[in-house]
Amino acid sequence: MNYLDMNLWQVKELLDKGEVTSEQLTSMCFEQIEKTKEINALLSLCKESALKTAKEIDEKRKKGEKLGALAGIPVVLKDNINYINTKTTCASKFLENWVSPFTATCAQKLIDAGAVIIGKANMDEFAMGSSTENSAFGVTKNPCNTAYVPGGSSGGSAASVASKQCFASLGTDTGGSIREPASFCGVVGLKPTYGRVSRSGVVAFASSLDQVGPFTRCAKDSAIMLSVLAGKDELDMTSSSVEVKNYVQEIKGDVKGLKIGIAKQFFSDKLDDEVKTKIQNAINVLTKNGATTVEIDLPSIDVALAVYYIVSSAEAASNLARFDGIRYGVRAKNYEDLVDLYVKSRTQGFGKEVKRRIMLGNYVLSSGYFDAFYRKAKKVQKIIKQEFLEAFKKCDIIISPTTATTAFKIGEKSDDHVAMYLNDIFTVPINIAGLPAMSIPCGVSEKNGMPIGMQIIAPHFEEGRIFNVADFYENNKEVQ
Amino acid sequence: MSWKVVIGLEVHSELSTNSKCFCSCKNKFGGEPNTNCCPVCTGMPGALPVLNQKAVEYAIRMGLAVGCKINQYSVFERKNYYYPDLPKAYQISQLEFPLCVGGGLEIEVDGKKKFINLDRIHLEEDAGKLIHDVSGTLVDYNRGGVPLIEIVSKPDISSAEEAVAYLEKLRSTLLYVGVSDCKMQEGSLRCDVNLSLHKEGEPFGTRTEMKNLNSFRAVLRAIKYEAKRQAEVLDKGGKIIQETRRWDDEEGKTYSMRTKEDSQDYRYFPDPDLIPIKITDEYINKIKADLPKLANERIEDYMNMGLSLKDAELLTNQRKISDYFDEIIKQFNQPKFVCNWICGEVFKKLNTETYEDANIELSAKQMANLLQLYHSGTINQAVARQLLDEIWGTDLIPENIVKEKGLAQISDEKGLEEILTKIVNENPKAVAELKAGNQKTMAFFIGQTMKATNGKANPKLVGEILNKIIKEC
Repeated sequence: MNYLDMNLWQVKELLDKGEVTSEQLTSMCFEQIEKTKEINALLSLCKESALKTAKEIDEKRKKGEKLGALAGIPVVLKDNINYINTKTTCASKFLENWVSPFTATCAQKLIDAGAVIIGKANMDEFAMGSSTENSAFGVTKNPCNTAYVPGGSSGGSAASVASKQCFASLGTDTGGSIREPASFCGVVGLKPTYGRVSRSGVVAFASSLDQVGPFTRCAKDSAIMLSVLAGKDELDMTSSSVEVKNYVQEIKGDVKGLKIGIAKQFFSDKLDDEVKTKIQNAINVLTKNGATTVEIDLPSIDVALAVYYIVSSAEAASNLARFDGIRYGVRAKNYEDLVDLYVKSRTQGFGKEVKRRIMLGNYVLSSGYFDAFYRKAKKVQKIIKQEFLEAFKKCDIIISPTTATTAFKIGEKSDDHVAMYLNDIFTVPINIAGLPAMSIPCGVSEKNGMPIGMQIIAPHFEEGRIFNVADFYENNKEVQ
Repeated sequence: MSWKVVIGLEVHSELSTNSKCFCSCKNKFGGEPNTNCCPVCTGMPGALPVLNQKAVEYAIRMGLAVGCKINQYSVFERKNYYYPDLPKAYQISQLEFPLCVGGGLEIEVDGKKKFINLDRIHLEEDAGKLIHDVSGTLVDYNRGGVPLIEIVSKPDISSAEEAVAYLEKLRSTLLYVGVSDCKMQEGSLRCDVNLSLHKEGEPFGTRTEMKNLNSFRAVLRAIKYEAKRQAEVLDKGGKIIQETRRWDDEEGKTYSMRTKEDSQDYRYFPDPDLIPIKITDEYINKIKADLPKLANERIEDYMNMGLSLKDAELLTNQRKISDYFDEIIKQFNQPKFVCNWICGEVFKKLNTETYEDANIELSAKQMANLLQLYHSGTINQAVARQLLDEIWGTDLIPENIVKEKGLAQISDEKGLEEILTKIVNENPKAVAELKAGNQKTMAFFIGQTMKATNGKANPKLVGEILNKIIKEC
């Protein structure tokens, strides 16, 4: 039996029973990382500390000490999450050698729950991108077919789970950066409600949209992960004090009476026919078991992408201004004066996509344009959020495709920025509204053999509904 | 028609909270460079600001003291610009929704009262400090993230003297409400001056902004200089350029730093890391209830006690002095007597015009005890002064010293009579002069008596006894 093929909750049981040790699991993961090196999922490994932690957990388990929910489970962090004394590069040349002086709250929560952090995952530079092609350290390849992108920006985190290098990983999602790669790689990816998981220690892209979430192999694993990650953090004023549920207990094994909202805007002609069919089949699994569908209207989500690029770029331009070459990161060798130091350091340290967003962001914030862009975008954001709230008066969850197509090939869209941006049309509105959503696999394309993802969206802080529906679908999809 | 000067002041005052504005680092002046900072106040990737509620409370406290309206919805914004002392490359500040708006304070110059309106008071964070060294320029982030309030006046000030009076009133108020230590040398109180000229009835002229004003004297001189400079330019038919000018205190001149053309676009927008502040009436009322009495109210109280306006103002110039006075009269209720002693002897001891570093090295309890001894006649004035010197900076109790050293004045009539009779007999010439009506000779006799009693004789009694003896002989 191959432990690496198992879900997190399954190995957790085996660990508890003593059938396998954390040290064994951790070693297996490192072997698998070596075997699947070609996909370039990870940027750095924490071999020594991981094996040490694993042994410690095993010792504690032997002694019968009380252990956390993730005791001994190997996990991976996206490389924009600080973990003290490790490099946190954000896949940028700028931070190539920067070592974290502190640990992010989300990483600390995993550590406190006994997780073994084995490495840091590749990503699009500063989480800007949808394919991981914007990494300064080479693209990550899709484990399903290495000619394809794994999606992004959390491509490394998704690929790492998909290629069985770890049992769960953390990503960040600003406009789809967890759900899109989850969809492309055929794993489960959850973007929690904005404020559900602390952002403290996570290198910011767009602070009002960023949210940390887990990649797992199944919905139940995702529930276990969120139960550990969620909660108010005194270090992040935007984290919410809404009560954290035991999300595993929210899985009821039943969808009777569930009202599924279907918005025509999510099923437009941009949607690939095959994807459309697979989503429809998935919805049928639920309706055959007592769920009903209801039509909802989200008229403004078409402009969500425009809102997203204004708000996220504005915040990014300001968030990334601290990378000035003064205190850390790249500092240009030859410069004439202070301004020259800034210009050269940033020119050398940042990649093209990051520069594009910084320029866009500064433009929309500049005097004379602020009202026309930023202020207007914030107004539209409110409208979009309101439309979702209205829709949720009629339904319990909303189902949509995660992406309009399956994964594309490496290099296919890298010169067409608009095509790349359009890739996120179904995921971006969720961040704009601050809602929780998950992408779960719902089949494979017959054309290219690549996975297809279904997006399950819930009202704010109702992640429990998502876990229940996703878990139900996973357990009933074979018997259609 | 002559030029009228129009001045608006922007005053930055560091708040004396225990910790910084957005992290838990200590808020203290100085220290080894970069020893009092953390990932938040050095702008490390991933570090997030967390608002210090005390800073909000202090800003509101000052706002209430100067009659501002407190905005119940207030927002922090990012002011984006690059400078090495600004680690995030933006300053967390306020623009559209400051904590306090309106309000103002009354000043008095040459007996004329005037109300200076405020535009706003907002909360923001301080930057670090650049240190220019032989090895190049270094940055110290110890000051980075210290809470500041910016107090912006309306352009209601029309002379250098008014500006200084306004600053003095502002400083006094900040000290009264206890939100800042207002030390200009340490930069905890800083002031920028906006100045323009116009003619009566005409719109305001183009203004310049002056920076690097490190003392009230510098403000006074800079305003006079800049008003004269602008008048000269305008009189010659020239135009004032909107610009920032640096005051050079040694040269006594202002120099152009940058013009409006190269001024920065700060690209303000609401800081997404900080949620908007919502302030309840209840919270405002609680702060209001805790406000100490301000100078105006105290002056009224003191005048009701029978002090003159001048004395009341002298006592209330600084809260420290006023509190000291209040504490003494709680133990020794002779307001006029205590006031005279404070404004005379204590001020002499403090010997400083800048009250900000005035340190009263004597507890109110010691002072009350000393004044009681003096007032009751147990000791005379000379001894009281001598005692003040002796106990200043110690915790000695005057009463005990008087007992130990036998400093109580001699009010024993018989004993004094014996001493005086002796002196009279030894100085017939002086007696003759005194009889002839030369009152100056009285001082001679008192002096001699003091000498004989080691300064402890009761001078009033000495006079009475002497008159009796002279009459008799």
